[in-house]
Amino acid sequence: MTTRIVELRRGILKKNDELAAGLRLRFNAAGVLVLNLVSSPGTGKTAFLERTLRELLARGFRAAALVGDLETDNDARRLAASGAPVRQINTHGICHLDAEMISKHLAGWDTVTGANGAELAGLDFLFIENVGNLVCPSSYDLGEKIRVALLSVTEGEDKPLKYPTLFNSADAAVITKIDIAEPCDFDRTLALKNINEIRPGIKIFETSAKTGAGMEEWLAWLAAERAAPERLKS
Amino acid sequence: MHELSIASSIVEAVIESAAAYPGARVKEVRLRLGALSAVVEDSLRFCWELTIADTSLAGALLAIKTVPVVVHCPACGKNSQLESVQSFRCPLCGELTADLLEGRELEIESIELEEPDQAEPDLTPDQVKE
Repeated sequence: MTTRIVELRRGILKKNDELAAGLRLRFNAAGVLVLNLVSSPGTGKTAFLERTLRELLARGFRAAALVGDLETDNDARRLAASGAPVRQINTHGICHLDAEMISKHLAGWDTVTGANGAELAGLDFLFIENVGNLVCPSSYDLGEKIRVALLSVTEGEDKPLKYPTLFNSADAAVITKIDIAEPCDFDRTLALKNINEIRPGIKIFETSAKTGAGMEEWLAWLAAERAAPERLKS
Repeated sequence: MHELSIASSIVEAVIESAAAYPGARVKEVRLRLGALSAVVEDSLRFCWELTIADTSLAGALLAIKTVPVVVHCPACGKNSQLESVQSFRCPLCGELTADLLEGRELEIESIELEEPDQAEPDLTPDQVKE
């Protein structure tokens, strides 16, 4: 018997990464800005997204959402009430979304949006609400342009320090439920500092989906990111 | 939690690469995992055993090398290793830096194969004459 070492230098998630790169090209070609929303369960991703979709539609933008959960289509039904096209992805036990699940659920999206011509061309924004989990989604590229990490005032200011991989991989951070910050003894300065220690210079939004606080700034930023030419380059 | 998915991806990739060496048995799979890879080593080892059990990789060992986080500091221009991932500050000058050079690796570095020795080819009559 002889022994041979074969150098592979290959990404473990190469297949997912290649699929995600293909999705990114499709999204760019269609001119749709894709965001991947990640947080713990209970942060308020769905409420935040519900309000975001409603406000974007009211401003004349075309927005859609894919929502991942282990089971149930409760979130998709909640989000669809905004009037935006929404699809549920049930992972049946898998703790994260991957590029293949996104690809499968995009099939025939034109008929959902009622747009003609190129696929997805009828959309300005596509939001992907990931499975509530602060660990596993960080490794899986979904072809998104912007990864948004959400943190609620009820979770503790040290969440970014406990889950550095996810916060470090984010392009923007959103603090949710600021309407109840006071009864939660939320230390805003500390939370902002912790996010910045893990992802220096990251754009941070402080919001309440209930009162609408901070939503204006978030929506203006989305519109600017959508319009930014470098966002649409392939 | 996603280590089972990671283990399945590794098995799939290794079987694909090892197919180029028919008859070879995979003895060891060597990984490079960044300190920010979000993979728990013990959990991955547990899932590895489960995943390879009924495949051609059964019995293959897993060697894991952890890659520390290395950042580039735009303030002082130097690259250095972070001792903790609780703070992305240059250990030399204390400035915050978002410029990550290493530490996210999720990579199969190499595989070690055991191949049966090649049988000596039979000599042709011409060769015998020479």
